[in-house]
Amino acid sequence: MRVPPRVASWLQVAPMALVFTTMVLIPLGIITVVSFLDYDFARVFPEIYLGSWTDALTSPLTLSLYLTVFKFLLITLAITFVVGFWLAYFLVFHVESTGWRMGLLAAAAIPFWTPGPIRMVSWVPLLGKEGLVNKALMNAGITEAPLDWLLYSEFSVILAYCNLLTLAMLGPITHSMAKIPRSLIQAAQDAGAREWQIVRDVVLPLCKPGIAIGAIFIITAVLGDFFMIKIMSGGQINTPANAIATELAAFQYPPAAAKSVMLLVIVVVLITGLLRVVDIRKELQR
Amino acid sequence: MQLKKAREIDETTHTGRPKIRQVTQGHRFDVELVRVTKSYNAKSKAVDDISLRIPRSSYCCLLGPSGCGKSTTLRMLAGHEEVTDGAILIQDTEITTLPPVDRGTSMMFQDYALFPHLSALDNVAFSLKVRKVSKAERDRQAREYLELVQMDHLANRLPNELSGGQQQRVALARSLITRPKVLLLDEPLSALDPFLRTRMRAELKRIQKELGITFVHVTHSQEEAMALSDIMVVMNDAKIMQAGPAREVFETPANAFVARFIGGHNVLMSEGREVSVRADACRIGAMPGMRGASGTVTMVEYKGPFVQVSMTSDTGDDLTATMTDAEYFAAAPQIGDTVAVSWDPKAEHVLS
Repeated sequence: MRVPPRVASWLQVAPMALVFTTMVLIPLGIITVVSFLDYDFARVFPEIYLGSWTDALTSPLTLSLYLTVFKFLLITLAITFVVGFWLAYFLVFHVESTGWRMGLLAAAAIPFWTPGPIRMVSWVPLLGKEGLVNKALMNAGITEAPLDWLLYSEFSVILAYCNLLTLAMLGPITHSMAKIPRSLIQAAQDAGAREWQIVRDVVLPLCKPGIAIGAIFIITAVLGDFFMIKIMSGGQINTPANAIATELAAFQYPPAAAKSVMLLVIVVVLITGLLRVVDIRKELQR
Repeated sequence: MQLKKAREIDETTHTGRPKIRQVTQGHRFDVELVRVTKSYNAKSKAVDDISLRIPRSSYCCLLGPSGCGKSTTLRMLAGHEEVTDGAILIQDTEITTLPPVDRGTSMMFQDYALFPHLSALDNVAFSLKVRKVSKAERDRQAREYLELVQMDHLANRLPNELSGGQQQRVALARSLITRPKVLLLDEPLSALDPFLRTRMRAELKRIQKELGITFVHVTHSQEEAMALSDIMVVMNDAKIMQAGPAREVFETPANAFVARFIGGHNVLMSEGREVSVRADACRIGAMPGMRGASGTVTMVEYKGPFVQVSMTSDTGDDLTATMTDAEYFAAAPQIGDTVAVSWDPKAEHVLS
């Protein structure tokens, strides 16, 4: 049986279109509607109520939640970029065997092998008050008393994000970097460029699409995270995503829906802005 | 700037040679390879004990089939590949282990290797930028070199907005702005269409003459090598088969490989010796006082001013006779005809 090309194209996009419509667009439509509905402690009424939105938009709490999460986002972006770029550069330009390069890249994915809760729990004996790090610091005479900011703190949240998300930066940057023809590097060497000049003037600009894709992963992961921050801060730090989770747990669907839509809009604006600066189509072609 | 003067002089010296050169005089050879070997492992050698001297301001072509070691030789000259054994000298200075930038060489890559994020002008100015030359000065110099390759009108385009031939000109300007003693070109014309290839070829030769520096040009096209070379180096199997002026190589090929590779020759046995006979010295038809063979015509190619007739001899050798169209159409043998081929014994060149 022959299928006309037009029909074949439609058939090819159909599964994705179906999933996207039923799992993304329709639920999004529903929560947008719900965010404008009235509610009490147990039910949602089919009546227009703008309170969820005015609360979300005017409450000083919203601002402070977003300030918190953007602080985490910027620090995580900076650290994962530096570490990811550095590792990628090492993998691509200093590891000569392709086998080793793939092996090391796979090793960077080890944080993903263990489930989140196990990884978090396993850090307690390391970072806790009685943990290995504190004991070592005290035994070495560097600190007198155990450091209490190693765990259940902003530090531990950032540590967890970087531990998990560096790969999200490393992967796309490595991909971008591996596509830089060697002759470009040799041409730069011929021109007399030193290694740091080659990194700054050739490698870095050509990795921009990879950096942008990595940044998109990290923006969505950090802004959408409510689990890691809850565990790693010991429930002490709240972010917008966290606030949504709390309201959902209390069956307060309309305010949760309003805050979700708001968060989504912010994520979309951030990513759109990023894509305006960096043309990632270069990365997607070939 | 010397470059400018060289250009002015060139315009007035159609008959004479330009008197002002970019390079200093006083040395005999721009490049010397002394027993250079490159091996990647114990068994195989990419380049095996080759020695070569390239006289001052020559156009040198390294010619050979793929895998013969010509590109490896070029990369060793450039410093992009380590030399396993032997020494390389440029203008009497040993540079065997120096980094690329300290050798006085500059490489023009096969894929041009232009920085895709920089305009043509910034590509050319790159080497000045990393040397911290001021922006105004490096732009001025870069423009001058873009003018040399006739690309100054497209200075602000990005590489992907330029055609292959235009990218190549920019790459050439970028290589020349470092004022190399030796310019290395890795199959520079292979990505161009035939028309552009011939034009660019003339351009390369013009620029080489104008600057008076040595060009080392890797190619697998014997036609290209013959058109350009002052000195032609035929390589095969990691070794140099023959090095010399193109005419010398064509008229007196050193061995059967060279005779076959540069084309236009028949390699056959005559009186117990292996000889080469130029295809244009062979005639169809038996003639008194001439040596000869007989064979079956396998192909007739009409090329306008001349006709090329390919045959398989009775002993199984491939033979080619090139004759003027007038000579051919006097007899006009067709494919499948059995014909006699003859040549003057003096046209035989004994191969080693």
